[in-house]
Parts: sequence; C-alpha cells; structure tokens
Amino acid sequence: MAEPLLRLEGVHTHIGHYHILHGVDLTVPEGELTMLLGRNGAGKTTTLRTIMNLWKASQGRITFGGNDITQTPTYELAKSGMAYVPEDMGVFHLLSVRENMELAARSGPIDPDRLEWVVGLFPALKKFWTKEAGTLSGGQKQMLSIARALIEPRKLMLVDEPTKGLAPAIINELVGAFQQLKETHTTVLLVEQNFNFAQALGDSVAVMDDGVVVHTGAMADLAADEALQTRLLGLSLDSHQ
Amino acid sequence: MSSAENTAAAAAGEPGLAQRLGERRGAALALALGALVFIIGMIVPLFGARWVNDVIAVIAAGFAVHGALSLYDVQQRAPQWYLLSLVVVTGFLAIAYHSGLSPTDAGGLAFSLGDALSSGAGSWTQMTINGLAMGLLIFIMASGMTLTFGLMGVLNLGHSAFITIGAYVLMTFLVSDWGRGLSGAESVVANVGLLALVVLVALVIAGVVGLLFERLIVKPVYDNHLKQILVTVGGGIIITQLIIAISGPNEVQLNQPATLSGSFIVGPVVVETFRLVAVAVGAAIFWGMLRVINRTKVGILIRAGVQSTEMVEAMGYRIKMLFIAVFMAGSALAAVGGVFWGLYDTLIHPEIGGLRLFQIIIVIIIGGLGSITGCFFGALLLGLLSNYVGFVAPEVAEFSSIALMVAVLMWRPQGLIPVIRM
Ligand SMILES: Nc1ncnc2c1ncn2[C@@H]1O[C@H](COP(=O)(O)OP(=O)(O)O)[C@@H](O)[C@H]1O
Ligand SMILES: [Mg+2]
Repeated sequence: MAEPLLRLEGVHTHIGHYHILHGVDLTVPEGELTMLLGRNGAGKTTTLRTIMNLWKASQGRITFGGNDITQTPTYELAKSGMAYVPEDMGVFHLLSVRENMELAARSGPIDPDRLEWVVGLFPALKKFWTKEAGTLSGGQKQMLSIARALIEPRKLMLVDEPTKGLAPAIINELVGAFQQLKETHTTVLLVEQNFNFAQALGDSVAVMDDGVVVHTGAMADLAADEALQTRLLGLSLDSHQ
Repeated sequence: MSSAENTAAAAAGEPGLAQRLGERRGAALALALGALVFIIGMIVPLFGARWVNDVIAVIAAGFAVHGALSLYDVQQRAPQWYLLSLVVVTGFLAIAYHSGLSPTDAGGLAFSLGDALSSGAGSWTQMTINGLAMGLLIFIMASGMTLTFGLMGVLNLGHSAFITIGAYVLMTFLVSDWGRGLSGAESVVANVGLLALVVLVALVIAGVVGLLFERLIVKPVYDNHLKQILVTVGGGIIITQLIIAISGPNEVQLNQPATLSGSFIVGPVVVETFRLVAVAVGAAIFWGMLRVINRTKVGILIRAGVQSTEMVEAMGYRIKMLFIAVFMAGSALAAVGGVFWGLYDTLIHPEIGGLRLFQIIIVIIIGGLGSITGCFFGALLLGLLSNYVGFVAPEVAEFSSIALMVAVLMWRPQGLIPVIRM
C-alpha cells in the first residue's frame, strides 16, 4: 500500500494539566475522504488542532507526505498545503466575504477560474461578496469557511464538524459540495457527528474514544454493521438527524 | 458570536411598531422640553449666578439635541456619530449661550442674541479647530497603542516614551544652528522641508527603538498581563531616562517655524495657523492609515488578527512578523505625534509623553480597545469636549475627559466600536 499522505503515530497531547490524547494512531490516504467519528469529547478537535500544531504534541510523531511535521509551526503547515476549517469556522467577522477569501488566497490575487468553481459550489457567496462576514447566517459562514480552504489547491483539508448546528437543507447542500470536491481527489480529513453525512461521503473511517483511535476501516463496512456503530458511537449519533 | 445570538440581536434591533412610536414620541418630547427650557433661559435668565444659568442651558441643550438625534435612531445605529453630534451641537449652543449672557448695569443678567451669534459662533469655531487639532494629534499618538492591544493583547504603558522621543528629535533639530536658520526663515519650503526631515528621523529612530522594545521587553511577557504592565512601564522609564541622559532634564521652549506660526483673522474668528496645520496633518495621517487598514493585505491581516491570531496563522501567515511590524509602526506613529505635539505645545520636557498617557488610555478605552475607528472618534470627542468645556467652565475642563469615559462606559461597557471579545 502506498504511503499515506498524513500519518499520526502514538500522538499524545496535553492541554494545560489535562492529558487529552493518549497515543493516537491515524492514517489519511492520499486522494480520499477520511471520516473521523466519535462521541462528544472523544478528542477529534484536539487531534485536528494537534495536526495543525495549534496544540503541541507532547509525544509521538506526525508525518505529512513523508516529512516529519511534529514541530513544524502552524503557518509553515498552511504554506505546505494544509487547509483548516475549524469547528467554530474561524470566519473573520469584521472582514467582508471578499476580504476573507483574499486572505485565504495566500499566494496572490484570487485565480478567477478557481473562484468560479468555488462559487459554483456555494452560490450564496457571490450574493454576499461585499458584505461583512459577521452578518452571514451560520450556514453561510460554514460555506465561506470551506470556500476559503478551497480557494487555492491544497494537499490536505482538515474540516471540523461542518454540519454542526445547520438545518437539513443546508447539510444537503454541503453533501453536494463535498461530493464535487471528491471528484477532484483532494485529500480530506473530516470530523463528523452526523452519521448520515459521514456515510454519504466517507471512503475510510476512524473512530475515536477517550483520546485514542478505537476503530479504523472502510466507511461502507461501518455503515453496514449496525451493531458496530452502536458499540463505537452509541445511539447519540443517529439521533442527530 | 454564534448565529443564534446574531438572530437574537437582529430581533432585538427591530422593535415592534408600537414600541418605535413610543420611542419617537419620547424623543420628540425631549427635544421640545429641552428647547423650551433653553429658550426660556434666553428670554429671562432665571438665576442670579451666571454659572447656574450656564449649567441649566447646557443640560437643556444636551437634552434637546439628544431628542433630535433619537428621532432618527442615530444613537443605536451609529453611537460614534451620535456622541460626536451631541458634543459638537451642544457645545455650540452652550458656548453661544455663555457668550450671549452678560451682567446688566442693574446688577442682573441679560441675554443678547446678537452677542450669542457673533461672538459665540466665533468662539465655537475657534474651540472646534483647537479641539480637532488636539483630538487628531492624540489620535496619532494613541493609534499604535490600541492596535498593539487589539492584535497582541499587550497594553504597552511604555508607549508614551515614543512620543517623548519624537518631541526630543524635534527639539534637537530646532535648537541646532542650521535648524534654527531653516525654522526661522520666512519660507514655506524651508520650514516644511525641515519638518519633513524631523518626521523622517523621528520615524526611523522610534521604529528602531520600537523593534528593540518589542524584542527585548515585550516579547518575553506575551500572555502575562501583570508582568506586561510592570515591564512596559519599566521600559518606558528606561527610554525617558536615556533621553534625559542625552538631552538633559531641563524644559526647552521652542519657536514654531516662521510660516507655520502666528494667527490670522477670519470674520470674528482668530485662528492659530499651527492648529490648522495640525488638523491637516492629523487628517492626512488618519486618511493614510485608513487606506492601509482597509485596502492593503497587511491591513486586512491586522483586522483579521485582532479577531483571531490563531486563524491568521492557520492560513499561512506568520503572525510574529505582523506583531513586530505593527509594534514598530505604532511606535513610529507615536513619535510623529510627539513631533507635532511638541510643536503644538512648544514646551519640551521629559514628561511630555507621559503626561499624554492618561488621555491616550481614555481615548482607546472610549473607542473600544483595538479599534482604530473607535480610537479616532474617542480622540475627537475628547479633544472637542475638553476645549468646549475649557471655554465655558475652565474649572472643570480636566474633569470632562474622565466624565466622558465614565458616561461612555456606562452606556457601552466595551467602548463605542468594540472589536475584540474579552
Ligand atoms: N482548551 C481545553 N482545555 C481543557 N480541556 C479541553 C480543552 N479543549 C478540549 N478539552 C477536553 O478535551 C477533550 C476532548 O475535546 P475535543 O477534542 O474538543 O473533543 P471532540 O472534538 O471530539 O468533541 C474533552 O474532554 C474536552 O473537555
Ligand atoms: Mg469537536
């Protein structure tokens, strides 16, 4: 099997005095969408933040494209092709939608063809192009946050619970956008609580509990095995829908 | 802010029709009552003591202006414009009333509309120019401090030392032989050329000292507010002591450059030339800063960083570089402010910066910590209010800035234009 794009080996993370990640092993194969599932508080967000070096791994190793990035500063990771869509979306409220996008286009002016494609995924953005991002609805902010991550070609996208707090209609729109994104074979690591969403998009899946990965495999296998779902994820996930 | 809160806020911002009608009626009532009391005060000054009539006139005028502004919802929609209009218009009415009131031969008081309009309008124009000049200079001096706080969370109490640096660069040039020659020459080119050189040197020196200050003094105490206060105060003292060691502890009286000094008369108004220069320079710098902040990538980064340094970093920008750049630019701007404050005040001494610190802190708190636009309005409000009050009741002028801050904070605890969540 080819070397995965991203690999975490025995990663531990402390936040202050709290020991949150207890040796996470995780691989993200290139060109696929990997789902990271798990109950609330399992450590999914902490894992993404540790990959971005927003929390420091206290032990273990993270490699990206074969390079050790455990100590690489956040801005270098972003430059090397990682895009991060945080749980709170990280939208700059006082900036216009346009300025949010301009910042995300690190390497210079926005490429018009790329912009057309991104706006094709989220047509609402064009309408709000000059509006302050703080005035957008929750769903529109989520779309802006994902659009920012997509405005330049990336090697890896880290997306944290994009469906959180969104209405079903908007979640469907997001499914459509991610399906189109998958056609470009962008590598994505996507944290989710919404099992239907995960099922519709995931190629492979990793499930976390209590700061470790407790299951890995194909998404289709987990989707087919209800007993396993209940054991790993509890009943809380489906009740989300 | 979550979307739920947004929706809630939007709902709260759109009261029902009945409520709106009630508010309008209240506003109209305030306008009518205030105007009535003010007019009565004009027809028959009711009290024996002049200051009592003044106080009542100010309150009545303020009430009426507040009512008029509330009719148009200005208070809710644009608090900064509301306050500015309130201060400027009430200031005009108060100064006009004060100027129109005079003792009669019979020992009472009489009000003359003619005096109020001619001498009052003249004094008000003069105080407005003075207030704008003072406000704009304070803005230039304060802007770096508010940005440093917004972006890095550092309240740099040593900031005022950079003002002193600017004032001393000015002094050094103006007392030198050739500087005195250029400054004394009746030539705009010589005067402005000299000042341009002074500003350039002040920018460079303060920028370099700012860089050292950030690297040596501030950097080790990011994330520790108590240490920041102690350490930045200490850093400021060190700079001031170095200045004393280099230039001596004595006060130096400066002469303003020949073509920029003096005054001229327009109708009833005596205008000091340099105050107009200060207004022009301050407005130009504000305009330039707005352009940088609103139109350039660095400006967008600064505004983004005030909200979340983490996300700026996660997008691939090195926040540390932005910190250093903003700190240097803020220090340099403070020194430019110091150059013009030195020219404005003309008395240079080692505490020239330290004495402004109090006003600067008030201005950035009023504006909302981290907000450039808020800082601008806060500075204008402080400058105008202290000049108006200084004209009508010099005894309480010192107190007016604190009263302004208390009033603003009671109304809006986060300042006029809050940009950072605390
Ligand atoms: N800043 C923090 N300080 C202390 N504990 C935290 C912090 N952030 C998260 N945690 C704890 O770490 C655990 C994992 O959190 P998180 O990674 O956010 O979980 P998930 O994203 O899977 O819901 C939780 O028990 C949470 O309480
Ligand atoms: Mg989470």
